[in-house]
Amino acid sequence: MSVFNGSRSYIVRIIFLGVFLVIILQLLNLQVFSDKYEDLAMNNAVFRKTVYPPRGIIFDRKNKAILNNTLMFDLMVTPSAVKGVDTAYLCQLLEIDTVEFKKRIIDAVIRNGSVRSSAFEELLSEQKYARLEENMWRFNSGFYLQQRPVRLYPFNAGAHVMGYVGEADSGIIARSDGFYQPGDYVGRSGLEAYYERVLMGQRGVQFLIKDNKNRIQGSFEDGLLDTAAVAGRGLRTYIDIELQQLAEKLMRNKVGSVVAIEPSTGGIIAMVSAPDYNPNDLTGSAKKKNYSRLVLDVSSPLLNRAIKGLYPPGSTYKPLGALVGLDEGVITPRSGIGCSGAYYGCNRPVRCTEKWSGHSNNLRESIAHSCNAFFSNTYRLTVDNPRWGGVKKGYAKWKGYMNAFGLGNRLGVDLPSENAGNIPDTTKYNSVYRGSWNSCTNVTLGIGQDMMTVTPLQIANSMCIVANKGFFYVPHFVKSIDNETAEDTILNKFRSKHEVLTNIPDTAYETVHSGMQDVVEIGTARGAAIPGIAICAKTGTAENFRVLDGRRVQLKDNSLFAAFAPRRNPKIAIAVIVENGGFGSTWAGPIASLLMEKYLTDSLRADRMVEVERIAAANLMPSFLPRLQFKEDSIRAESYFKITGDSSYLKKYRRRGGAPTPVAPKRDSSTPKPRIVYTPLMEAIEPPKSFEAKKKTVAV
Amino acid sequence: MSKSNKGSISKGVDAVMIWLYLLLVTIGLVAIFAVTYREGDSVVSSFFAFKTDYSKQFYFFAIAGLLAIFILLTDSKFFTATANLWYAAGIALLLLVFPFHSAVKGTESIIRFGGFQFQPAEFCKVPVCLALAKYLSLPNLDFSKTRSQLIAAAIAIVPAVITIAQKETGLALVFFAFFLVMYREGLPATILVVGFSIAALIIATLLIEKNTLAFILTALAALLVYLMRRQVKRDKGLLIKIVMLWALCVGIQRFAVPLLFQNVFQTHQVERIFSTIGKDIPPEYIDPKEAAAVAAGKKKDVDYNVKQSKIAIGSGGVLGKGLLSGTQTRYDFVPEQRTDFIFCTIGEGFGFVGTTVLLVIYLLLLFRIVFIAERQRSVFSRCYAYGVAAVFFFHVAINVGMTVGLAPVIGIPLPFISYGGTALITFTILLFILIRLDADRQMVLR
Repeated sequence: MSVFNGSRSYIVRIIFLGVFLVIILQLLNLQVFSDKYEDLAMNNAVFRKTVYPPRGIIFDRKNKAILNNTLMFDLMVTPSAVKGVDTAYLCQLLEIDTVEFKKRIIDAVIRNGSVRSSAFEELLSEQKYARLEENMWRFNSGFYLQQRPVRLYPFNAGAHVMGYVGEADSGIIARSDGFYQPGDYVGRSGLEAYYERVLMGQRGVQFLIKDNKNRIQGSFEDGLLDTAAVAGRGLRTYIDIELQQLAEKLMRNKVGSVVAIEPSTGGIIAMVSAPDYNPNDLTGSAKKKNYSRLVLDVSSPLLNRAIKGLYPPGSTYKPLGALVGLDEGVITPRSGIGCSGAYYGCNRPVRCTEKWSGHSNNLRESIAHSCNAFFSNTYRLTVDNPRWGGVKKGYAKWKGYMNAFGLGNRLGVDLPSENAGNIPDTTKYNSVYRGSWNSCTNVTLGIGQDMMTVTPLQIANSMCIVANKGFFYVPHFVKSIDNETAEDTILNKFRSKHEVLTNIPDTAYETVHSGMQDVVEIGTARGAAIPGIAICAKTGTAENFRVLDGRRVQLKDNSLFAAFAPRRNPKIAIAVIVENGGFGSTWAGPIASLLMEKYLTDSLRADRMVEVERIAAANLMPSFLPRLQFKEDSIRAESYFKITGDSSYLKKYRRRGGAPTPVAPKRDSSTPKPRIVYTPLMEAIEPPKSFEAKKKTVAV
Repeated sequence: MSKSNKGSISKGVDAVMIWLYLLLVTIGLVAIFAVTYREGDSVVSSFFAFKTDYSKQFYFFAIAGLLAIFILLTDSKFFTATANLWYAAGIALLLLVFPFHSAVKGTESIIRFGGFQFQPAEFCKVPVCLALAKYLSLPNLDFSKTRSQLIAAAIAIVPAVITIAQKETGLALVFFAFFLVMYREGLPATILVVGFSIAALIIATLLIEKNTLAFILTALAALLVYLMRRQVKRDKGLLIKIVMLWALCVGIQRFAVPLLFQNVFQTHQVERIFSTIGKDIPPEYIDPKEAAAVAAGKKKDVDYNVKQSKIAIGSGGVLGKGLLSGTQTRYDFVPEQRTDFIFCTIGEGFGFVGTTVLLVIYLLLLFRIVFIAERQRSVFSRCYAYGVAAVFFFHVAINVGMTVGLAPVIGIPLPFISYGGTALITFTILLFILIRLDADRQMVLR
């Protein structure tokens, strides 16, 4: 039998060989000719962990850290490891109930799986951290505390200037071309955003090995491929944090802005936008809650009015108007105009606050008494200058001056989202007046009105030009970057001088300065004087309109004040705007005066401290705000109700009897207090009873 | 000739086989060590503590070694004499599973006593191999008769059927490897050809759209009639035969395969078969409950094992990442990597060179067994040797095939290398009985 079928042993061997060859070919294909598996294996097992360096510190001009880092703690949980933990006690420490505890555990499992750890409570408050630290041994199975660097503002000041960090959103991620990943923290506003690349430092990379459940098992190739993180560099700024704090205090319960600049360098000493917020509210555990509160506040505390608020400059423009006239040679320091209470050069008279003859005999007097007639005339002389041939060309020339001063275009301050203000183009006037307009049409430009709007920063910068006698540096906060190298070009644009006026002799400047000094000494802002310091200033009062409930309403005037001091070798130029503040000398003047005194003498006299408290206590918040807030909130509550069917928010806004009483904004209440009037706007949901009653009466 | 050689166990023993055996077991221990060792483990203490898999496997090897020596000390006539007894005991053990099994991971084939698990379906290869050899070596057997062919087939298929009932289709398929023995002993090649053709038809059914395949089959039948038109003219019966063959093929394709997939195979087996041929499962074969579970993300992708296994092997490259340096196998990316997917560890750690060397060692072992088989005087020994070769071949081909994505994932171990006591001991017994028989090849055994 063995001879029989013997040949089949060879066939068996061929089958064996054939099958093995096929397998070896497949192995050759997998292991030798295909490289995708290597990449797939790397993706599988190697975790590229980004190491975040500590962010750079921001220092003020006296080298005090005004934006620092601190450590906070996250309570982390590994759901699968939570065994035999005294849940009730943990809940007691964290001030939550067991239902919430279970919910958070389930959330953690959904977010990150049960074997990997995820945050149980982020950024523990100090009390909770202290309580947990002592008792952590009880919860060692499954829970641990993880450090997390958090930004700290030690002076609770400068919120708008320094900004805050937040997680990168999809827009930032898309624009960064892959530099930022979801979950990265990035400066979202203020200096934090502008100097992001300096402050963030250099991120490091650590390659770690992970297992099939994404648990870290150790370093890959003993860390040979890792790169170390480089800490963010510090920023040395011109900010005087004490002045900033004082300015914020003075602007409490007001709407407006303060900008103080060092004219010789363009360095910003203080910048306040009111209402503001405590910057530490946007770090730490209550961040989300606070942020939504701020975003929904109709008084827009997140808005930096110093660079985004648009105001007609009013009389604070006048020194600039004078300089343009002098540079163009259409006026001289001796020029004057006869004014008896109005400018009658055009059909429509431009009113002037002073009537007595001689208040506009020359440039100095005109500035000191803020003569509208003189500056209307100066404006007309500038644009109607026969040298340019026609008002449109003259206007273009005037606009060129304004743009050179930084009005009507972005100054380029080192903060994101600056507003350009508005100096209209000739095309704008052409379209509005169908091409037929002359210097009378927009004569009020000469007194800082008409379509002209500027930001407080631009006003402060214009004061720098006046103080510097014709030049300025782009206003900026940062003096230097620690360990600055030639590659740091970010500060270069702040270091070049902008010579904008060249034809004016020094004596003419002196005349302007004298006029501005007279403003404080004999003119409109006598309350702003500081003994021993020559202050040059200009007040302004600008009309204030706003659309409320569908009507354009004139509100109380905005109080403006622009100044620089001392006259010789100016150290500070300042612009203050208080919305609804009335005359420039009522609120803005005293605030600027206090700030200049504080900055120049480094202290305040005792009687001035009383003044500080008086101003800080004054509440100038517009009276329409509570109503507007109520309106916005109730509309939001209604749309929430429509989407979710949850009426819990809406209930709060339902009227408890009484007819709606809309609050008419009052024009002349010296210190209006916010009146909270719960006014229903939800007639659709619950018609007011009075309305029902009225209908009945009509029927009867 | 029948001189006793109990005095020295090494006499007549095939040294090449012993060396190949030791080599493979060592590779297996190293591979299991590579998978389960963690930095900082104390190797010595874990060896004594019997805790880690590599130490357990080492003890299994020690037990297997003792059994091997015991087998070498046994008279080879013992195996021929007790072959049928072994078979009866094997079937009994298989049946014993039903009342006493303990459910482990969906299988119902394991008996547990004390801390040990025992899988009769795994062990049953030895009795079947012996019994088949015994039957085929019966002096008055005429294997050309259909009746004896059916009996031989039944010897192999009965345990397979019982094993399928224990939900171990993979292990059951191993028993079909014994057809190779029957083929060597004269089973007509046509049976195997028909078998392969049916398999090819089934695979074609899965791959090609129903009506297209029916059209292709019809075209083939028509072509056959055209090519054989002269014979058909002479013999009308041939035409009927061709038509019947065509009807059979279409019948299988239309009705038998769907029936098989809907009623016989379990869901995971259907998934694995379709994942191997790289096609989505047709909706009519999907269990609605399973579909819901997959959609809800509760179940891992069926391809997961094979994908991870291919990544592990593929990332090894030509020379591999080195022992203990494979990221995929060290960190549990490949499931079942100590047991069924142990080949990945070698593929990742030692690369193409390592896997090829391992396959060459297996090929050497298989060729050596065939060589030994052919030098036997006794039909029993030869049949037994072919049985051993068939079992090893099937295990290696399917196991390695599934790790590289050529075969569906059926859980069968890689001989001598995969972790597992029953498997190691079974393969050792299987091999050493052959060595014992070969040592006595001068004797004529019945």
